[in-house]
Amino acid sequence: MQLSEDKWLFQISAKRKLIELNFREIWRYRDLLMLFVKRDIVTVYKQTVLGPLWFFIQPLFTSVIFTLVFNNIASIETGIIPAFLFNLSGITAWNYFKVCLTGTASTFRTNKGIFGKVYFPRFIVPFSKVISNLVKFGIQLLILTGFYIYYVGFKGADLTINSYLLLVPVYIILMAVYGLGMGMIISTLTTKYRDLAILLTFATQLLMYVSAVPYPISEFQMKQPQYSWVVDYNPLAQIIEGFRYAIFHTENLQFDWTGLMYTGLLGVILFLIGLILFNRTEKSFIDTV
Amino acid sequence: MSKTILKVSDISKQYRLGLVGTGSLIHDLNRFWHRIRGKEDPYLKIGSVNDRTAMADGHYVWALQNINFEVQEGEVLGIIGKNGAGKSTLLKLLSRVTSPTTGVIKSRGRIASLLEVGTGFHPELTGRENIYLNGAILGMTKAEISSKISEIISFSGCELYIDTPVKRYSSGMTVRLAFAVAAHLEPDILVIDEVLAVGDAEFQKKAIGKMQDISKEDGRTVLFVSHNMAAVKSLCTRAIVLENGEIKFSGDTDEAVSYYLTNSRHQAGNYKADDPELNLDILQVNSVSILPDNGKSDALIFQDSEIRFEVVFDKKTNDHIGLNFRIKDQNETILFSHGSLNKIDNKDVRGIQKYSMIIPKNIFNEGDFMVDFGCVVNKKFYFLKENYISFSVHRKATEIGGYFGKSKGGLKLDLTWEH
Repeated sequence: MQLSEDKWLFQISAKRKLIELNFREIWRYRDLLMLFVKRDIVTVYKQTVLGPLWFFIQPLFTSVIFTLVFNNIASIETGIIPAFLFNLSGITAWNYFKVCLTGTASTFRTNKGIFGKVYFPRFIVPFSKVISNLVKFGIQLLILTGFYIYYVGFKGADLTINSYLLLVPVYIILMAVYGLGMGMIISTLTTKYRDLAILLTFATQLLMYVSAVPYPISEFQMKQPQYSWVVDYNPLAQIIEGFRYAIFHTENLQFDWTGLMYTGLLGVILFLIGLILFNRTEKSFIDTV
Repeated sequence: MSKTILKVSDISKQYRLGLVGTGSLIHDLNRFWHRIRGKEDPYLKIGSVNDRTAMADGHYVWALQNINFEVQEGEVLGIIGKNGAGKSTLLKLLSRVTSPTTGVIKSRGRIASLLEVGTGFHPELTGRENIYLNGAILGMTKAEISSKISEIISFSGCELYIDTPVKRYSSGMTVRLAFAVAAHLEPDILVIDEVLAVGDAEFQKKAIGKMQDISKEDGRTVLFVSHNMAAVKSLCTRAIVLENGEIKFSGDTDEAVSYYLTNSRHQAGNYKADDPELNLDILQVNSVSILPDNGKSDALIFQDSEIRFEVVFDKKTNDHIGLNFRIKDQNETILFSHGSLNKIDNKDVRGIQKYSMIIPKNIFNEGDFMVDFGCVVNKKFYFLKENYISFSVHRKATEIGGYFGKSKGGLKLDLTWEH
């Protein structure tokens, strides 16, 4: 009996396609995706007293310290935006990028036990991280909204909301895309050579300082004009600044559509590179991890 | 004629030996350089056969080489072989955990494996939540799991604890829960690897029954990997024998099992020679070996074989010395010990000696045993080497095909009953 080749459900071989994101397969495993998301959210603060309150504590405390150090001591100007609110917005956004990045970057190492025994589309794991962190980010966004209302309503901060607020979801997607893209690149490189994993923890810390989190881009350009390329061409700085612009819409923040296009295009390229590497690695990383 | 559901052609898998470091970086760069020039991977040509008894001579080893076979729909294929023959590697390739170095596997159906149960259990989640999570990892949808959840819970026998976090479970309960989930999978091809060694006797019976249901009544295609020849014989319609990463035999189950039992080499460990640590002042031990009664050093020991412990040594003293063996089970409990002190008088004897201790048939249960080897001079141990040598006892050839549970205990004596 001769059967045609295309009737095979799948093939396993040494050869690989360059990009192979099998959406049908991911769709088939959508329940697993949601269960991973649920697991991530439910289990983090099990057996803690404060529970979900920890979602609030970390950004609030960091913002207080940032305000104290960068604005009160180092006197960085935040314009008409209250310094605390300025820091809280940057830290909330940066945290989302950071957890997406670190969550994705450790995909292969933290899941080697389960990856070594069962097959499912590996992309599910970083994807679930991005979604579960989105939920946490959403909660933190509520606090940001709360403080925004407090400062505008009770402290008389002269902030207005306009249509640029619609860009917030765009920036959230961009943060996820950059976190995923960079994370996938790092995760594949660290399966065999662990060097990058060691670098990652303090690199994200340093990256934050050159990505316009504790200051507006204009401050950097004014005080360090010869190094301003660090923030001008840094897509992460563009994202943080753009995110703030969408919320506060003040004059000391910069925004232009070309910058957004540049950031978006670079993000897609980064994501595709990450995906190619991820696909190549997922098939045989278990031999080297 | 039934149709081919799984086709494995020319599969090979190469592994790198040793540590990952700058050396492997250089190899990777060289491989990359060959690839961009369109040349073949330079390291594919080398690599030694996966024989664990010998020292490897290269940096690469072939865990599998040129594996070809086909599985028909509804067939139960047994895969048998010693530890290290490549069984697990083959299963890893089939379950898509890793990809082959060369060759193609084509499948017409979903493959799910009971490779090692309990993957992906999260200790903080309850039993019920873990059933969903584990089921989804194994490829079930939420709806499928929901429709079977009561069946799974009652099969596992964990009803009372189902809403308690799994970290509070005993290890046996965890394993039973995991097996219950896996047993309710409904893939087109099921891969089963050594799950018989799970749980207590009652649960084992349940598990074996379930597997028989799966393979016989549901008409599912099953790949079954086991050391338990009795289980293979009763479940499989066809079998392949793997040895050192190559298929040595493929065909009828009975023939495959007898091929395996007669031709497989012993695991290293039942023979030791020229141990420098036993080159001592009063004696030099040349070799210690454990053989079945037919004297062939590479034959298997069965429950109904006499077992010969043979020591060849050079006696360099005139004192009376005794050799001593302690036989231990896998839990390192000493089953018995025996020495030559009162059996052989060797005062004033020198030179090469060959002593044998013979254990009659029908003493040991099937399983692996460790042996301490010592020498007694003047009622004291001159030396005692713990776990010096080991041997395995296999079930009687005549019994294969019968009940495949294992009776308890390290010994299995042939006693008589009167009435």
